[in-house]
Formats: sequence, structure tokens, C-alpha cells
Amino acid sequence: MNNLHSALIVAVVALVTIGLRFLPFAIFSGSKPVPPFVAYLGKVLPYAIMGMLVVYCLRNVSITAAPHGLPELISCALVTALHLWKRNTLISIVGGTACYMLLVQLAF
Amino acid sequence: MSSAKSSLREAFIATTPVMAGYIVLGMGFGVLLSTKGYGPLWALVMSGFIYAGSMQYLTIDLLTGGASLITAALTTLLVNARHLFYGISMVEGYRGMGKKKPYAIFALTDETYSLVCQDAHPTREERHRYAFRVSVFNQLWWVSGSMIGSLLGEIIPFDVTGIDFALTALFLTVFIEQWLSTKDHASAIIGVTASVLCVMIFGGGNFLIPAMISILIALTILRCVRKEDAHE
Repeated sequence: MNNLHSALIVAVVALVTIGLRFLPFAIFSGSKPVPPFVAYLGKVLPYAIMGMLVVYCLRNVSITAAPHGLPELISCALVTALHLWKRNTLISIVGGTACYMLLVQLAF
Repeated sequence: MSSAKSSLREAFIATTPVMAGYIVLGMGFGVLLSTKGYGPLWALVMSGFIYAGSMQYLTIDLLTGGASLITAALTTLLVNARHLFYGISMVEGYRGMGKKKPYAIFALTDETYSLVCQDAHPTREERHRYAFRVSVFNQLWWVSGSMIGSLLGEIIPFDVTGIDFALTALFLTVFIEQWLSTKDHASAIIGVTASVLCVMIFGGGNFLIPAMISILIALTILRCVRKEDAHE
């Protein structure tokens, strides 16, 4: 693989990514108020996106093959329980991640 | 999630879960990249200018497979289309940010978005300052991780298998916070249901685009239905 082509691939990936990030801001720039439908999406999307991102992180977990998604299930349950109890983001994340690491390294 | 007082320390603390995830995932990226013959300079340029985790891992495949530029562009478009969502939902929030705005837009990753999308600082100025600091810290973690991985190769002192769960946990806690912050769970339920259905139908590798389209359609229908209810 020659270096020029590699550099061009990196440039293309970077430019498309940057383009996607800037596009909404470019379309709805200036002092004009954003269209009502976009304002509506801006308000409701965060809830849907966060749900989508949780699923995105767990997308390759197999329920049919061992360990049947158990480490993920247990750790997510622990994160939820810790968070409902303490409402402290760091505690929830550290607790859940430690639990997951122990499970995948020692138990499963 | 965020107190009224905005400080550098507060932004730093908010990004610590991202630090754990990014340094480890960044190291993984750097190690993988260097084993394919692309050294620290490549890692630095990619983490500096692409700055998108899963896409950078995929770019290694594109590089080693000698993909065409069209393939590279289309793959990026599909994998990173979700960033359009972040932009749409931050258009209002980042308005009037001034000189810091271009960088904040450039650095709006999944994790940064999760930290800034519902920031509760009282003034717009504080929210902008917080968003900018969070953005800088997060990219610092990502670049550091990939440089460490690229330079030190596979010398990692202890077993870190599973530490990337920090990012899953981060998204989950934000999801729970959002859930507790409102009585209206329609959008959250739509997001989870559409994504799970799309994973089942299209598989983990291809679910994002159909999930995003179905979320948009469902939210549009929801708005129409509620408008009608309001008129009755």
C-alpha cells in the first residue's frame, strides 16, 4: 500500500466526518430561528439518541452463544441500581465497569 | 450531573469516565495501527483530524485493504451519519459560541455529546465554556491513548479486558438521568425499541442507518399525533 493513497484515505475519512459534524450547523446558521420541526427534534432527539447509543455499545452481544450476554446484563443492572441509589455518575460507571471487568476476566 | 458552578475542575471530573474509555480504546487503536505498519505520526494525524473512535478502527481496515477513496467516503458516511443527529440537537445550544464554536462542532463525538446535550448550567456563556472544555479534555484523552498505544505497542502492565465497558456505562447513566428528568418517556422508548428491532432485523453491523431513519419517522409521527390531540 503506498503512502499517498493511505494519506488520501485518511483525508477522505476526516473530511466526510467533519462534513457530517458541520452540516446541521451550516444549514441552520445565522440569526434566523431554526424551523419548528428542527427545534422539536433538537428537544426530543437526545432521549432517543442515548437509547440508541446504549444499544450501539451492546450491538455485538450474542444472547444465543455463551455467555449469553450475562456479563453485560449483570453490569448494566448494577449501573442502573447504583445510579438510582446514589445518582452519582462516577460511582455508577466505576462500579459497573469494575464488575464487568471482573466478570469477563474471571467468571466467564 | 452538573452543578451551578462552572470550573475547569468540574469539566475535568465530568470527562473522567470518557478518559478511562478513550485512553483504553485509543491505545487499542494505536497498537492495531502500528502492527499494520502505520507509526505514531499516522496515529496522531488520525486521532487529531478524524477523531471518531469506531470509524478510526474501520479506517485501519480501509488502509490495509487498499480501499478506493469512494469506498472510504461511503463507509464514513454510513458509520458517522449519526453525527447529523448530534448537530441537529445542538444547533440551538451552540448558538453564539463565537471563536470556540468550530472546534466544539468538530469535536462533537458520541461521548462529548452525551456530556453536553443536557447541560444544566444556568447561563448560555457557562454552558458554552463547559462544552468547550469538555471537548478539549475528551480529545486530549483520545489522542493520548492512541499515542501511548502507538509508541508502547503491546506493553500493557495489567489486563484491561472489559474496561471499554466504561463507555457503555456512561451512556447508560446519561440515559437514566434523562429518564428521571422528565415524565415524557416517548422519545427514549422510541430510541431503544427502534434500535433493538433494527439490531434484530439488520444485525449489529448494519443497524445504525435503519435505526436512525425509523427513529426520525417515529418522532415525526409522534409530533403529528400530539398536534392532533392538542387541537381536539
